[in-house]
Amino acid sequence: MTSTQTPIVRMQKLHKHFGSLHVLKDIDLEIVPGEVVVVIGASGSGKSTLIRCINGLEEFQSGSLDVDGNTLLPNGKSSQALQTIRTEVGMVFQQFNLFPHLSVLDNVTLAPMKVRGWSRQDAEETAKRLLDRVGIADQANKYPSQLSGGQQQRVALARALAMEPRLMLFDEPTSALDPEMIGEVLDAMRELAKEGMTMVIVTHEMGFAREVADRIIFIHKGEIAEQGTPEQLFDSPQHERTQSFLARVLKH
Amino acid sequence: MDVNFQFDWSAAFGSIPYLLPGIPWTLLISFGGLAIGFFIGIFFGLLRISPVRWLRWPAVVYVEVFRGTPILVQVLFIFYGLPQLLGGPINALVAGIAAIAVNSGAYISEIVRGGVQSIERGQREASLSLGLSRVQAFRYVIWPQALRRMIPPLGNQGIISIKDTSLFSVIGVSELVRQGQIYIATTFTALEVYFMVALMYLAITWTLSLVLRQIERRGLAGQ
Repeated sequence: MTSTQTPIVRMQKLHKHFGSLHVLKDIDLEIVPGEVVVVIGASGSGKSTLIRCINGLEEFQSGSLDVDGNTLLPNGKSSQALQTIRTEVGMVFQQFNLFPHLSVLDNVTLAPMKVRGWSRQDAEETAKRLLDRVGIADQANKYPSQLSGGQQQRVALARALAMEPRLMLFDEPTSALDPEMIGEVLDAMRELAKEGMTMVIVTHEMGFAREVADRIIFIHKGEIAEQGTPEQLFDSPQHERTQSFLARVLKH
Repeated sequence: MDVNFQFDWSAAFGSIPYLLPGIPWTLLISFGGLAIGFFIGIFFGLLRISPVRWLRWPAVVYVEVFRGTPILVQVLFIFYGLPQLLGGPINALVAGIAAIAVNSGAYISEIVRGGVQSIERGQREASLSLGLSRVQAFRYVIWPQALRRMIPPLGNQGIISIKDTSLFSVIGVSELVRQGQIYIATTFTALEVYFMVALMYLAITWTLSLVLRQIERRGLAGQ
């Protein structure tokens, strides 16, 4: 990454409240195209909320947020920009959130057909190529409930990629998976990172974070407490909060 | 009690030709009313979960009024009361269908609300994250799933409404109970005839149960 590139995400002085709870405090964050950013922190620290602000699943109360040239305003007052952003930003959720009433193939083709206006034929060709890429082409006609958790999450990845996003958000993509299925999902994400996708990942998989991240961000109580390369953050964390968090998660 | 009383099977079977013509009327009122009630239910059920407060309250009022008053009072109001407002009589069949429609509509709007609200928040979030509009998310993702979950309670409501039509004998619709009453008036075989009337309701509701079970099985195959 080069610092001269125009950032695809630019957050400035962003604040988020849930009622009286101050969830995000004065967040400044820039992400450049091709960068892989991993967000770590204790549960309840605001890391999921942070990435959910990027595609408007959470509103923020003050500050500014630009995503790929579209400006999101505080309190959700920017529906047009939001719509554009969501077509350009893909997301993978902890609970997969596949559409259970649609086949795997239809899960992947729905948005390209309804949002991008692709023909069924084009959408299915792309879907099959993506399903093949995540290793589940042979499951295209099954329903989500017939797949394992790892397979479902890979379908969810293919579904998001079908919109040809410029940025991918991952909200604890392996936290709901059985241990033996975590690897296959991380492999698919690793591939994606290698191909140059811009990614923002919230995860507890520290080994994976160290391996794929260009930058690690440590969130503590709604603030960016520390950030840096994986080496800086994991091997010589500066802040006491970071040290005690890492001591807890790296112990096992 | 008359211990020598015998259940007169010939009287029971003899009533069948008089009862059968009541069935089409029972079915017409039930399914006519339920079809309209379904649309009323969707309309008010969706209003009820609207983010706009002044859209929600008409739905709340509607449900409370028609769920909180007896259907017998509703049909009497429609058949005897409304003509005074409208200045002309209302056909008993129309009154019956209207009563089932407004009454089942109130219950169905609660079924619709419950069905839609039962869909996990993540479904909507995933849809929006893919760029679908809120309307598209509802139409392609939320509603098809909600509809499947609504089938069992809708079936219940259908069975309840079919049985409710028996009350409409009071306004003179020649449905099953009314046909039975007319027959009993000349034969005095109340036990046998009401037994047959009950059997015919059971035949209708049981058939509906079987059909619904099939629909449910097929509808849920993709889950």
